[in-house]
Amino acid sequence: MSTEPIDLSRNGNDVGTIGDRLARYIFFGCAAVTIATTLAIVLVLVNGATDFFSTVSLTEFFTGTDWSPRAADNPSFGVLPLVWGTLMITVGSALIAIPIGTLTAIYLSEYASSRVRRVVKPTLEILAGIPTIVYGFFALSFITPILQQIYPGTGTFNAAAGAIVVGVMIIPMVSSISEDAMSSVPDSLRNAAYGLGATKFEVSTQVVLPASLSGILAAYVLAISRAIGETMAVTLAAGALAQVTMNPFAEIQTMTAYMVEIGTGDASVGSIGYQSLFAIGLTLFAMTFLMNVLSMWIRSRYREEYQ
Amino acid sequence: MSTNTDTSTTTTTTTTTSTGGDPDGFDPDGNGFDFDGSSIKRKHQLGTIFLGLCFAATMVGIVALVALLADVLLEARGWLTWEFLTYPPSQIAENYVPSNYGDLATGPGGMYPMIIGSIYLIIMTAIFTLFLGVGAAIYLEEYAPDSSLTRFIEANIANLAGVPSIVYGLLGLAVFVRAMQTGASLIAGALTLTLLILPIVIVQSQESLRAVPDSMRQASYGTGATKWQTIRNVVLPEAVPGIMTGIILSLSRAIGETAPILMVGAATTMFTPPDLTDPTGSFGAMPMQIYEWAKMPEAEFQHVAAAGIVVLLTILLLMNAVAILIRNKYDKRS
Amino acid sequence: MSDQTDGRLAGVRSALLSIRPNANDGSLTGTSGSSNTEPPEIAAASSESESVSRQGSGADSSASAAASTQPDAETTTTSESGSGLAMPAGDKPLGSPRVDNAVIEARDLDVFYGDTQALHGINMDIPEKEVTALIGPSGCGKSTFLRSINRMNDLIDVARVEGDLHFHGKNVYEDDVDPVALRRKIGMVFQKPNPFPKSIFDNVAYGLRVQGKDDNVEENVLTALERAALLDEVEDQLDESGLDLSGGQQQRLCIARAIATDPEVILMDEPASALDPVATSKIEDLVEELAQEYTVAIVTHNMQQAARISDKTAVFLTGGHLVEFDDTSKIFENPESDRVEDYITGKFG
Repeated sequence: MSTEPIDLSRNGNDVGTIGDRLARYIFFGCAAVTIATTLAIVLVLVNGATDFFSTVSLTEFFTGTDWSPRAADNPSFGVLPLVWGTLMITVGSALIAIPIGTLTAIYLSEYASSRVRRVVKPTLEILAGIPTIVYGFFALSFITPILQQIYPGTGTFNAAAGAIVVGVMIIPMVSSISEDAMSSVPDSLRNAAYGLGATKFEVSTQVVLPASLSGILAAYVLAISRAIGETMAVTLAAGALAQVTMNPFAEIQTMTAYMVEIGTGDASVGSIGYQSLFAIGLTLFAMTFLMNVLSMWIRSRYREEYQ
Repeated sequence: MSTNTDTSTTTTTTTTTSTGGDPDGFDPDGNGFDFDGSSIKRKHQLGTIFLGLCFAATMVGIVALVALLADVLLEARGWLTWEFLTYPPSQIAENYVPSNYGDLATGPGGMYPMIIGSIYLIIMTAIFTLFLGVGAAIYLEEYAPDSSLTRFIEANIANLAGVPSIVYGLLGLAVFVRAMQTGASLIAGALTLTLLILPIVIVQSQESLRAVPDSMRQASYGTGATKWQTIRNVVLPEAVPGIMTGIILSLSRAIGETAPILMVGAATTMFTPPDLTDPTGSFGAMPMQIYEWAKMPEAEFQHVAAAGIVVLLTILLLMNAVAILIRNKYDKRS
Repeated sequence: MSDQTDGRLAGVRSALLSIRPNANDGSLTGTSGSSNTEPPEIAAASSESESVSRQGSGADSSASAAASTQPDAETTTTSESGSGLAMPAGDKPLGSPRVDNAVIEARDLDVFYGDTQALHGINMDIPEKEVTALIGPSGCGKSTFLRSINRMNDLIDVARVEGDLHFHGKNVYEDDVDPVALRRKIGMVFQKPNPFPKSIFDNVAYGLRVQGKDDNVEENVLTALERAALLDEVEDQLDESGLDLSGGQQQRLCIARAIATDPEVILMDEPASALDPVATSKIEDLVEELAQEYTVAIVTHNMQQAARISDKTAVFLTGGHLVEFDDTSKIFENPESDRVEDYITGKFG
């Protein structure tokens, strides 16, 4: 038996364990940046909002129906008109994107040949890659003039044009994620239904759709979350008049559009206008955060069901 | 409409029903089984209608895309000149009209400073993103234990990907511009955009790292390589094409982002390109200028904005083309 | 602009898929929450796992380890031949599991993948400069044992090793042992040829470079290729990709890569199972050749191969038990265990 001493220790070799450990710490640091980002977002928003709410009461902010921050005497900070504006855009765009996106997903997943799918799916995804400022321009120069033809009372800035372009923008979000979910439904399920004499229509709507429902719902939630946070398109298309109105052809202002208004202006640090940015930002962040968590929750339920 | 009703690849085996209008029964004499029964016929009609709906819905997205591109191109036609690319902007709408160029005392209007500003911005963002995004992805794929902290980091990244870009703008405003005193500068804009695209870059880099076969890692460990040697010499070279594709595509998102740099305080109009020797100096970028033009009431500015958009989309297209070239070049191998 | 155009979408989608590891797209699955308990193919390495948790005795005494895991084990085996570490009688395989010239001695080695025990109290020696074959049916733990020798199992998150494995009398599972240093002494050739997507030259030079053996790289590479009986075939194409070689050539390239750094022991995990008969025979010749200078441990499911090339044979049977270890001729001509005889004669397995 050979028993000559052998050195397998960490320090006895020039294997660069220090460099190895250093690399690990550096990479962890990079990953930690993402945690720091979330913390910083929350801290910055809460901090700014706290300043704001030391001037404006929570009750006034969340229940007030008048948003006129720049009124010289007696400014008013009721956020509801801005929330209403955001809601109009969100609901309007969802009414467009959800049916169109879902039907598109069914077409791509169940009917289209793989060749058609390979062309159409990325083509639609271009829609999601176009800068939102371009959608704003598109609304002003194309959608609104058409709306004015149909309904002459339409303003230069109007909620309908904003909702339409945001709806188009989020179609691929609905269609692509839904299509992923539908494609992951096992063929055995489809075959079982065909074996019972079901038609393709029945298989699509009664087998595939229910089986992929949670994936589809998660896509809806993500798309809605995106619509809530959408900024430049609605700023250009829907305008800057904070009001509660049922008229889709009237000018409105969303939360994001208000932030742009203050952001482009010169609100000095410490002014109530500057502070209101963070109160609105916190409201916006909370809304989208809830939507993101909701979509994750839907997804995790799905995993449980199909394991 | 000519659609392939029966060629869905997901149902290759048992699709025997036809959604066409023709009877698909096997019993022309009508005795025995009722293959061509009216209830089945109605179902097929319903199916045809449904298919039509689905197809029409798919067309809506495509038509919208075509309309958008056509609208922009038509509005920009005749306004996109060499001078537009090489001159600073002007407050006067007439200065942008190509037929006026000869008569102008001040020179034509263009978007040169913003093009340069956007390029600087994207290069700086690329540098920050490359380091942070790839580093984080390496940690998560190669180092991170299967712990609750790791799962928290990944869930957090998924959530960050859904935070509205304007909120990142607020973050940049409060942290970089105010707290770190960078001013409304290129560096503040680049850092803000970096944080914005970081979640996407991390997730896509993770996918590229995961695609490197484990047999490669084992071969390396088997020769006595350390973890870092294995990552640097074997894993990263294999993953680089995928990582680069992901980063370029993310940067092409960043270059079109308006809201974050607007909140950080990018200038709406700049007459000279940003000064790289002045790290806290102001900067402008293409989307800011397009926003400014699009808001203008004069009809001329609508064409100018469209010309600006064509420039922006062209740069986007080039970046995407590079990403696709990289992917295709390396996809063929192995 | 293409299908990847929208970073947002792609990012969100893959983030979603990573939350839902059971999505159909395998390439995207399993980033989080996959606390898999089944033995994986070496999962993405984590340096946490570089230190496999080791239970049992911290000291290098196999006796105390044996006592802790095998309460009824005899701790002395004076009647056995061999001069190395004692072997507990309780879990000793049939045959002659101890050898005089042992380089590697496993004592009561258990390996677990999560809750599954893959190896049960393995006791065997691997003699110096001989070929030791590990045979047995699929899933019997022979590859697991091979991987535990150079601590490749460390790369599996859920793997856990108990008991001792001595290399030159040093327990490699002690805390002060760096698995990287260990692997520099004990090279490995894998089941499927796995050359790097680099040139033939760089493949062989890889180990030299990572180990800092930068002198005479060219000479060492050529020597290794020569010893791996590959030099004649690739002499003119050293700059071409290792992936362009045939399967058999690739495997010999991997052998050249393993021996270029001049390890003491070479572990081979079914090195010929993916190859055609001609390539297999070349590998077999090579293995016998290598045994003149290196200690070779080779896993194979091909009994004829084991009979042809090995000096010692260890037979693992189902459930991770080492049943018999002896001279190859003894195992194939007159094994002690009936089950081994059945297996050798093809009655099961």
